[in-house]
Amino acid sequence: MPGPNRRNRNQPRPKVNNPFKTLKRLLGIIFKRYKIHMLFVLICIVVSVLANVQGTLFIQSLIDDYITPMLSQPTPDFTPLLMAIVRVACFYLIGAGAAYAQAKIMVYVTQGTMKDLRSEIFSHMESLPIKYFDTHPHGDIMSVYTNDIDTLRQMISQSLVQVFNSVITIISTLASMIFLSIPLTGVTLVMVVVMLFITKNIAGKSGKYFVAQQNDLGTENGYIEEMMNGQKVVKVFNHEKKSIEEFKELNDKLFKSSYNANKFANILMPINAQIGNISYVLCGIIGGALALSGATGLTLGKLVSFLSFNKSFSQPINQVSQQFNSIIMALAGAERIFNLLDEKSEDDNGYVTLVNAKKENGKLVETNEHTGLWAWKHIHQATGEVEYKELQGALVMDDVDFGYTDDKIVLHNIDLYAKPGQKIAFVGSTGAGKTTITNLINRFYDIQDGKIRYDGINVNKIKKSDLRRSLGIVLQDTHLFTDTIMENIRYGRLDATDEEVIAAAKLANADSFIRRLPDGYNTVIKSDGGNLSQGQRQMLAIARAAVADPPALILDEATSSIDTRTEKMVQDSMDKLMQGRTTFVIAHRLSTVKNSDCIIVLEHGRIIERGTHDQLIEQKGRYYQLYTGKTA
Amino acid sequence: MIKTLSKHIKGYVRDSVITPLFMILEVIMETIVPFVMSSMIDDGINKGDMNHILLTGSIMALCAVLGLFGGTMGGIFGARASAGFAKNLRQAMFENIQSFAFANIDKYSTAGLVTRMTTDVTNLQNAYQMLLRICFRAPVSLICAMTMTFIINAKLASVYLIAIIFLGIILAFLITKTYKYFNKVFEKYDELNASVQENVTSIRVVKAFVREEHEIKKFDKAAYNLYKLFVKAENAMVSVSPIMMLTVYGSIIAVSWLGANMIVGSELTTGELTSMLTYCMNILMSLMMLAFIFVMLTMSLASARRVAGVLNEKSILTNPQNPDYNVENGSIDFENVYFSYNKTAEKPVLSDINLSIKSGETIGIIGGTGSSKTSLVNLIGRLYDVNEGCVKVGGKDVRSYDLETLRNEVAVVLQNNVLFSGTILDNMRWGNENATDEECINACKLAFADDFIQSFPEKYNTKIEQGGTNVSGGQKQRLCIARALLKKPKILILDDSTSAVDTSTDAKIRKAFRDEIPNTTKIIISQRISSVENADRIVVMDDGIINAVGTHDELVKSCDIYNEIYSAQTSGSGDFDQKGEL
Repeated sequence: MPGPNRRNRNQPRPKVNNPFKTLKRLLGIIFKRYKIHMLFVLICIVVSVLANVQGTLFIQSLIDDYITPMLSQPTPDFTPLLMAIVRVACFYLIGAGAAYAQAKIMVYVTQGTMKDLRSEIFSHMESLPIKYFDTHPHGDIMSVYTNDIDTLRQMISQSLVQVFNSVITIISTLASMIFLSIPLTGVTLVMVVVMLFITKNIAGKSGKYFVAQQNDLGTENGYIEEMMNGQKVVKVFNHEKKSIEEFKELNDKLFKSSYNANKFANILMPINAQIGNISYVLCGIIGGALALSGATGLTLGKLVSFLSFNKSFSQPINQVSQQFNSIIMALAGAERIFNLLDEKSEDDNGYVTLVNAKKENGKLVETNEHTGLWAWKHIHQATGEVEYKELQGALVMDDVDFGYTDDKIVLHNIDLYAKPGQKIAFVGSTGAGKTTITNLINRFYDIQDGKIRYDGINVNKIKKSDLRRSLGIVLQDTHLFTDTIMENIRYGRLDATDEEVIAAAKLANADSFIRRLPDGYNTVIKSDGGNLSQGQRQMLAIARAAVADPPALILDEATSSIDTRTEKMVQDSMDKLMQGRTTFVIAHRLSTVKNSDCIIVLEHGRIIERGTHDQLIEQKGRYYQLYTGKTA
Repeated sequence: MIKTLSKHIKGYVRDSVITPLFMILEVIMETIVPFVMSSMIDDGINKGDMNHILLTGSIMALCAVLGLFGGTMGGIFGARASAGFAKNLRQAMFENIQSFAFANIDKYSTAGLVTRMTTDVTNLQNAYQMLLRICFRAPVSLICAMTMTFIINAKLASVYLIAIIFLGIILAFLITKTYKYFNKVFEKYDELNASVQENVTSIRVVKAFVREEHEIKKFDKAAYNLYKLFVKAENAMVSVSPIMMLTVYGSIIAVSWLGANMIVGSELTTGELTSMLTYCMNILMSLMMLAFIFVMLTMSLASARRVAGVLNEKSILTNPQNPDYNVENGSIDFENVYFSYNKTAEKPVLSDINLSIKSGETIGIIGGTGSSKTSLVNLIGRLYDVNEGCVKVGGKDVRSYDLETLRNEVAVVLQNNVLFSGTILDNMRWGNENATDEECINACKLAFADDFIQSFPEKYNTKIEQGGTNVSGGQKQRLCIARALLKKPKILILDDSTSAVDTSTDAKIRKAFRDEIPNTTKIIISQRISSVENADRIVVMDDGIINAVGTHDELVKSCDIYNEIYSAQTSGSGDFDQKGEL
């Protein structure tokens, strides 16, 4: 398969290049779609934080303001306490309610965003040019849908809320602390700076090893993949011991980086927790000294409150620093998602469309029925005049050059003339450029130089979807979809009836084997037709092209995996299918292309011979050589 | 399953035992801190006793240091134990897979095995680390805190006990409910991703048939269904944290009220009430932690099952008790052989095969797709075992030989052959580790690979990329043949191995075989008549049975199938390459 510069899949995933831009874009998406939702979420978070704070305040005042006074009363009056408890309980209920509402709304925000993003990614992906799929490993594309979306889900549903929550807590706590004692706030902040400094250092180390771990995992993954792919060869060559040894080396390396990465990640939490405790002790000692000296107006009561705030201050900071890693990971994922979304779609400036037509009084008229007659509808841009031109299937390539990348041209000076209804065959060894030429006809790729004309119209002017609809194609690699056989064949034309599908299957000689399957036409094909033989899959692909009933056909090694005997049977029906249609055939068996109107011999991206079978035999060139097995 | 996995802690048992101990140390320190803290407030700050503040402060600092020590050590040993566990699992899986017979290999896809060895093992590594570090921490913290509260005041402590039981029941209920939902979600999720995968690999078909809109509609519908399921599952979860909050708040209020009454009744001191309230959070947090671990562990169960599946898979081919280490000669006999890949299959893949091949003979095998040509030759190197009858090599049943010996003497060039990343010479030495450069070059000459290798700038040191993507199909096949030749086998099997080699080179290779290795038994499977027509005998396979055996001339006269293939191919015998690469 042609595919230039496939990227090595083992290289590490890139880091976030532009975290703030990505974050802004991500938040933009969420807030734009869920503005009101997010407003409610913010309110709910504030309410539940406040409910929690008033609870903490109540506990502090419980003893001093309610219990101690009661102790001094001869008959303790429980009414003030009861009132306070009822009040607190109400606030608590509101807080819990807000927390519930917040969580519930976030489910819809998170999942809604995920769904929209998924759909957007998918529909954008479908619009991307084939080149994108050539140049991006499929595993990487898949991981956008799985890993990247997953980390994003976690970030939106957990990190985002937690960071909000923490920020509000930090602000309110900080304000209270400053109000209580400025010097002690200073001590607390110094300890926070120490905490952040250590976090940054350790997280940096751990991050370095995590990258190393990712790399080692990638290398090991590649090795496993290679060995598993070649497992049968390993067995045949008794190579098991050697590969186990090689694997052990890689595995030991992975162990080391994985151990180090986790080690540093693990010690971060206990270190921070203990720094928090030390901050508490320091504040206790310094505050105690200050309070006893009475210099700064710090009373013992204020000190007690301050200490509890000190405790609840380091917690959210700890939490935010914990979330930091997952946010970075999610942003890296978001960046990959945005990269895919920013990928340029296949451009299509075509305005000539394909319509069903019928003849009325010798003139072409557009119709909605499937008449078997097609016309190009050409709306002149300048005058708005509509012109119809019958689709005949004439194709001309005029001095076409093409390369997958600009600096490496693989097809040179291709000239080609196909008259309507002709059968044109391409032959040549692997890599000569046969498939590439057909990929240019349906504009999977765009040419560097030259012109391609379809019925006299430059293919660039034809709307891509209509161009492709006019060309039935059986690709070299047969791909089937997870669905019934019936639906897989119907893929060629969605409104085909069951009868039409079965007729197409009969034409491709597939009917008999389909009927032998346990559920006949309703047998579900799994994992790209893994339960069918290569030959059977090709027959289904032929049926799929047949049901489309297209004006022109491209058959790229359509029968390469069907054995010679069966091929003979398919060949007759293929000939029937080709009748009256312009057909481009790529084949390796010369017998199947012998009756072509023109055979084109390609070598290294150039046409070296062309003509009918008889003409080429007479030329005694490359074709003759291969056909007869003799050297001229 | 757990038994299978736990075997692989080997080498890291010490770390696995030490980790929880350190974590327990950390927890104990954490439990002591609030205790000392309340003393600092009650007896130090409130009484203005600076000495007591300093004393409790230093105790707390000591606790912090000990806690730090426990926490870091636990972190370090936990990381080691879990990384080691993962390493052992991967190694054991890889080694076990190396022992697999072909029939075992057929069961798993490459992608499936890679996932098992990477993603699944990573899941288990994380789960194991959590098990060691948190699983012991949470219950110990719970027990410590509970003990403390009971020491302070048993009556008030019972409030917590009730709260724990209440929360426990609710969490258990919610978890089982959501677990069920999430299972469904993951199933749908996998399906969705499978369909994306399909679209990525089949993008050409989608585009060729202009089915983008159709696929997008299908995807949107599936994405919406997934959304609905996800919302359902997560909605069942959202009540967890509010319920948790309500329980905490409820306990605080209950303890405050009851505590106030007890203080008034002189059953409790104010300091004790403060400590009780501090432990409240400790208790409920650890309970939450336990629930979380439980969820995570159940989620890793699926991974554990998949990994254990590979570890427990036993190779169905084993070396005999007293293996034979000597293969006499290259003769092969099939005696009443029946074979099928699946023992329950109705129709065997091979039926009633009887065939004698003399040492040094060249045998061609021909037949349609699915006529079991490959299955037939795979039995010779004992890649699979027969169901009935026996296959003999050198006059002895293949099952009596040492597997390694047998496979060294029977070289198979597989149909779907693979080159490995490394230089050409590295690849050649798969055939014989100790081969000299000259021997490698000779083998390549014999397989007509030398010419094109010489045309590479780096010649024999040219790097082959993974899967051999930088050489053409025909070149790859010739390299594979050369690699097999280096084994100097008594039997050489070419399973459609020259399909991408052009006809004239193919003929030259066969001639070289005839001249250079006349004593090696050669079996050539091909779709091309020209590849087999000069063989001593040709076997025509049809639908799992031998249809005819004979020389080319005999078969042309007597065998319909052979004749049909022959006439189909002679009307255009040449081709550029039998199969397009990839």
